[in-house]
Amino acid sequence: MTPAMAGVSRPIRVVVAKAGLDGHDRGAKVVARALRDAGMEVIYTGVHQTPEQVVETAVQEDADAIGLSLLSGAHNYLFPRIAELMKEKGMDDVLLFGGGIIPEEDLPALRTHGVERIFPPGASLEEIVAYVREAVGRKRGVTTHGKER
Amino acid sequence: MTVEKTRTKTQKERWLDQTYGPATARHAERKERFSTISDEVIEPLYTAEDLAGFDPERDLGFPGEFPYTRGVQPSMYRGRLWTMRQFAGFGSAEDTNRRFHYLLEHGVTGLSTAFDMPTLMGRDCDDPLSRGEVGREGVAVSSLDDMEVLFDRIPLDEVTTSMTINGPASIIWAMYLAAAERRGIPAAKLGGTIQNDILKEYIAQREWIVPVRPAMDMVVDTFRFGSREVPRWNTISISGYHIREAGSTALQELAFTLIDGLEYVKWGVAAGLDPSDFAPRLSFFFDVHNDFFEEIAKFRAARRIWAREIERRYHPSSERALLLRTHAQTAGVSLTAQQPYNNVVRVTLQALAAVLGGTNSLHTNSLDETYALPTEDAVTLALRTQQVIAHESGVADTIDPLAGSYYLESLTDRMERGFQRYLETIEGMGGMVAAVERGYPQREIVEAAFHFQQQVDEGEKTIVGINKYATAEEARIPTLAIDPDVERRQVERIQRTRAKRDAGRWRESIDRLRAAAKSKGELMPAFLECARAYATVGEQVGVLKEVHGEYHDPGYF
Repeated sequence: MTPAMAGVSRPIRVVVAKAGLDGHDRGAKVVARALRDAGMEVIYTGVHQTPEQVVETAVQEDADAIGLSLLSGAHNYLFPRIAELMKEKGMDDVLLFGGGIIPEEDLPALRTHGVERIFPPGASLEEIVAYVREAVGRKRGVTTHGKER
Repeated sequence: MTVEKTRTKTQKERWLDQTYGPATARHAERKERFSTISDEVIEPLYTAEDLAGFDPERDLGFPGEFPYTRGVQPSMYRGRLWTMRQFAGFGSAEDTNRRFHYLLEHGVTGLSTAFDMPTLMGRDCDDPLSRGEVGREGVAVSSLDDMEVLFDRIPLDEVTTSMTINGPASIIWAMYLAAAERRGIPAAKLGGTIQNDILKEYIAQREWIVPVRPAMDMVVDTFRFGSREVPRWNTISISGYHIREAGSTALQELAFTLIDGLEYVKWGVAAGLDPSDFAPRLSFFFDVHNDFFEEIAKFRAARRIWAREIERRYHPSSERALLLRTHAQTAGVSLTAQQPYNNVVRVTLQALAAVLGGTNSLHTNSLDETYALPTEDAVTLALRTQQVIAHESGVADTIDPLAGSYYLESLTDRMERGFQRYLETIEGMGGMVAAVERGYPQREIVEAAFHFQQQVDEGEKTIVGINKYATAEEARIPTLAIDPDVERRQVERIQRTRAKRDAGRWRESIDRLRAAAKSKGELMPAFLECARAYATVGEQVGVLKEVHGEYHDPGYF
């Protein structure tokens, strides 16, 4: 991934993704709108993407983060698969987070796969925007060796 | 009449000036601006003045008479209660068959089938894209083998069955007809509904297969076949539910759904069908959300608008073509994961609104549905909610009890005026198919969903347990777990089906389907033959995609 140039803060680029056959896209679109209104560059994949397509989009778009929305019950397959593909491509500096209907008991396992945070139904847009800003900043900070961005 | 209205108006103004104004100047109201959940402004008081131009004889009529504002049946719930139809489906065909028998034993009066995502998207359970999704959000049905198990020991000539499926609706319907045929039940005796509403898939739900125009031809094909061969079947359930769940306002739900309906009728007529034959088999399906009066108004306005539009356009010889018969489901999107027991109260209010709106059939959601498909106990409580409303509250004992309320009638009129504005815009684009192709309703819905979420975030709209009265400790409720082994067993079954079927007959049926799709011939007879030959959903959908191409999400946001 291209490290951010010192002294220049390029806008945060986020891929908002829907994977699998799940068509529930209200949350994904509302979050995409909120991130865009907050000054980020948002690429929305549309529904029915494979994990490979999601990760490929993130590579092509040089994204800082992938936000995956899932309400289909297939999270225990799709999140780990995307995390695995990201690892294969060396995308350690890219944030993976999510939202949707994920039972509490499934969260610890997803965290060990590198899904840092999952927003449940009822999360506020403000909270999500603040998190993405903070977490991407943190990732950029680490990968640019603490350089001032 | 005129004199009285003028006097009332001045009386309302007098009240506003002399009583209400000074009082609210001293003590401000709870909010600066009151509005419905759809953000329509609500005035402090409604009087006869707000019903200027309202003519009860013309605008309400009587139950069972034009324009059906007060209900499509002459005696409404005094004659027969609404159908209590609980949507169910999970895991394997065996699991769902057991749930069907359980529901019938507990008093449901109609079945309603939820299919899993692979089936809804026309994919077999062993398709790579189905991984992790088999049996999770509904039941997996890949071939006639599954369909026979699903309806095992269910009296198909006595119970009506609704099947919520759209892109592959014809294929699944053909499997149901073939299952009945094998049990010796004639098609003419079967009653039920296929959702088959493809327009709202592009607008909101996203379970499509092929592009919109060939998909519309498939819908018209079911109208033709149904009126000829399965006359008791509702060949479509024109659905606002998913439009609303995707974030639309009540008015958008109403308008887009009815304009979808008008588009189907237009396509049917263009294909040479008589609306008097097929329009009586069109049924509707609406959401019922939290805003009590707005929802009641929506149902009443829907019946009146539909009757007026169909009469104005087609003057059908059959009066039944004018009737908007509808199913309703409480709003899944209104349920909260936090403080889940509150959901029981929401569902009760929503169900009451649907009944006061005169729905013909109702599904009540279960309290646990933000987590998973419902448990048996949760489903039973949801059904009991309907039974308490029906038998204990007394609301079903007189017809359309809220008619004449200044507030309700002005909301009903406002809905009708709002519909007319959307109708003009969409007809200006060339109708709903053209509007969908340019993403118009899709964008309107995203706009409304975003606006609502902002209002919640800013505290203008309250969700109890979320942005007010939130608690740190949450009640834990039991949830339904889907057996992870379902996918493996389902894959084994489809492999057995493919191995044991008559390969020659299967090949012929697939070729016949391809020929019919290419020549724009009748499709239902070809789907029926495919079902009998145990062709799978994925194989048949594969043929359709090969002929018509696939549809991809343009991703409007």
